[in-house]
Amino acid sequence: MDPQKKRQIRLFVALGFALVLATGLVYTSFNASSEARQPSELGDAVPGKSYEMTGNVVRGSIVEQGEGIRFEVRDREGSGTIPATYSGVVPDPFRGGREIVLKGTVENGIFVGERDTLVTKCPSKFSEKQNQ
Amino acid sequence: MVAALIGTRGDRRWVDAARRSTYSLFALLLVCVVAIEYAFLTSDFSLSVVANHSSRETSLFYKFTAMWSSQEGSLLLWAFILSLVASVSLFFTRKKLRDVVPWATAIMLGVGVFFTSLMLFGGGVNPFDTLSPVPENGVGLNPLLLHPMMIIHPPMLYVGYVSLTVPFAFAIGALITRRVDAAWIKSTRGFALVAWTFLTIGVILGARWSYTELGWGGYWAWDPVENASIMPWLITTAYIHSIMVQEKRGMLKVWNVSLIVASFTLALLGTFLVRSGVLQSIHAFGDSTVGPYFLGLIILVLVGSTALIISRLPLLRSQKRIDSMASREAVFLINNLLLVGMCVLVFWGTFFPLISELFTGTESVLAAPWFDRYTTPLAVALVLFTGIGPLLAWRRISWQGIKRVFPIPTAASAIAVVLLLVFTDAADSFWALAVFVLAAFTFVALAQETWRGAAARRSSAGGSIPGSIVAVATRNRRRYGGYIVHLGFVVLLVGVAASSSFETKRDVTLNPGESVKVEDYTLTYEQPTVKRDGQAVVFGAEVSVEKEGRRFATLEPTRRYYQRTSGTKTIAGYFEGEATSEVGLRAGVRKDFWVSIEPDTNEIRQRSQVADERFGAYMRARVLPVVQRDPSQAGALAQQLVAVQGLATDQIISDYVNPKTATAATFRVIVSPMVTWIWIGAIITILGALFALWPARTSRRRKAS
Repeated sequence: MDPQKKRQIRLFVALGFALVLATGLVYTSFNASSEARQPSELGDAVPGKSYEMTGNVVRGSIVEQGEGIRFEVRDREGSGTIPATYSGVVPDPFRGGREIVLKGTVENGIFVGERDTLVTKCPSKFSEKQNQ
Repeated sequence: MVAALIGTRGDRRWVDAARRSTYSLFALLLVCVVAIEYAFLTSDFSLSVVANHSSRETSLFYKFTAMWSSQEGSLLLWAFILSLVASVSLFFTRKKLRDVVPWATAIMLGVGVFFTSLMLFGGGVNPFDTLSPVPENGVGLNPLLLHPMMIIHPPMLYVGYVSLTVPFAFAIGALITRRVDAAWIKSTRGFALVAWTFLTIGVILGARWSYTELGWGGYWAWDPVENASIMPWLITTAYIHSIMVQEKRGMLKVWNVSLIVASFTLALLGTFLVRSGVLQSIHAFGDSTVGPYFLGLIILVLVGSTALIISRLPLLRSQKRIDSMASREAVFLINNLLLVGMCVLVFWGTFFPLISELFTGTESVLAAPWFDRYTTPLAVALVLFTGIGPLLAWRRISWQGIKRVFPIPTAASAIAVVLLLVFTDAADSFWALAVFVLAAFTFVALAQETWRGAAARRSSAGGSIPGSIVAVATRNRRRYGGYIVHLGFVVLLVGVAASSSFETKRDVTLNPGESVKVEDYTLTYEQPTVKRDGQAVVFGAEVSVEKEGRRFATLEPTRRYYQRTSGTKTIAGYFEGEATSEVGLRAGVRKDFWVSIEPDTNEIRQRSQVADERFGAYMRARVLPVVQRDPSQAGALAQQLVAVQGLATDQIISDYVNPKTATAATFRVIVSPMVTWIWIGAIITILGALFALWPARTSRRRKAS
């Protein structure tokens, strides 16, 4: 076989291989991901399905309850709210008004957070002014 | 920049003028930095940046470093470092690369113009913005950032990001002038290595800070901002390897320029990500006005460079091919593919929320397990090639060569398998076992290569073995520096593999006096502790740890609640400001014992509110009328009130340690093997990089003569 052709074949094999890998990546990532929703969009949530909720903690709503905490989450821009429960490690920056991301399921209108999935956005050095 | 562009036509005077204007840009930005620092150190709150990020109470060290905790200050720092590295690079190339330098100057100054005009016209990010009226005191630095590592971490990453501008600018210059040989690489590889070193330091400091400060017990979480720092690191690692192939064999030219464009773009992207609020991240640096400008620059860089590379494709075609898969260049190529593959993966995962929203309309997020699952095999493969690479020769290794270099490392890894299976539980995790075994291969391979080099030198020059090792290593700093880096990196990965696979984590709620057993350790909650420390109240616990019946450590994990920085100071205000964890850590060569505390402050919060209400009522009823009648007493009364409030605070928080009212606290206990080796590996890696960067003795001698 002449080298030119051999190189072409090699290129196609490599490209094909890359394509297979890319497809696999796309497929697995859509499978492994969970939907991100805001409190107002959780009204029609499928029970038992895992969601990633983003929103702001309502000021003054945090109550320590047994092993965990209970609080309300509001849309980042908007008025929809949902009560949430959570147990596990509470990140340092967590408090009323802060933006959070929490993974969990909706049960009877309450967002039940999965253990240790609470992420609180850093009160950022760069958004200091907004927080005050 | 204009001078540099005119200089591209060949007039040296314009080029010299451009170089000198780079120096003067550096000088001017130096003046800016000094001025801002002076304002910080003297607490000049007429500058908004000072008022918002420092206060009279801020300690001297943090006053000095508060500059780059602000958006304005960090942009200034970017521009300043850029002018510094640009000046240094132009100084070193002032008599070289006559065609390329003018373009490179123009590009570096172009980036400089971007950053300086961003500060001036970007809206709200001018570091010299003033406040009127001038506030009495500043807001102070965010308590989360009051950690030495958090203070060094950003400038390290910046130096890394910014140094990438130099090879990028020279690469583009080389493409424009069609001087695509390895000359531009030789002149800028030092900067690539500097960039790599600082990126490494920056990433590691961030990980260390996260481990000791954040109270969740990990060092890596695949957070978008972490990813933004690891992506340019991966690509720069690939670049440092692949430019060697171009230098030695004249291949991979397209690949190299693409890599440097990619790493520069990713560095910009990293700077952009932390400022745009595009992705959900722990580091939500909030929406700021400069995001769109960054996006514009990124697109410009990407489109411009791609167009340029495509137009120069015929020039970049290499004359040579890879002769054999058993050659060093082939291994470098595979390692490059692995690194780039890893970067693509991280990129995909990081931007998946945007991608999925684009295609399906719903924003979906990928969590850390997804990243772990796919990056682990790639990282393991990388360890394998880290070991094999140095063993192989350029072009092609002969069968005799294979028989000479492979048996000892292979035997070592076989022994490692047996030892690990017999004496440890390593078999529980396939990937961890694979890393340990391949690490054994790599260690022995590196030792063997060093030994062979030293033995060869000894047979020709005599002397002792250690002396010969030093001699060959200092003669070939790049090579042996590389060996040290490989060693450190593999040590680091062993630490990561061990600690992530064999960690024990327990969350327990304990009353004072109660104990919990985690692995071989028994933790006893001896007693609660509390104190008032400046602007914070600190709740903690004294815990004692016993290992196999013997006393092991006494630790005091605490959680600090900082007084809120806006509004009047109240006792409940302590629970409305920032809170930070100080973990109790007993690091060991084999295992780390780590404990953090989550105190139950419900009671104290409620009592604080009651106290605040009474205090407020007293103020309105008794104090205010007095001040209204005689305003001259205001100062003295305020002082008294602050003292009373302090006493009340002490009284309330002392309930926390009162045996009658003390409540249970929640502890997180982590026993994690070999975490210390991550930091040791990182230090070795950085030392190796510095060793490689140290100017070789031969070149110094040449300069002297």
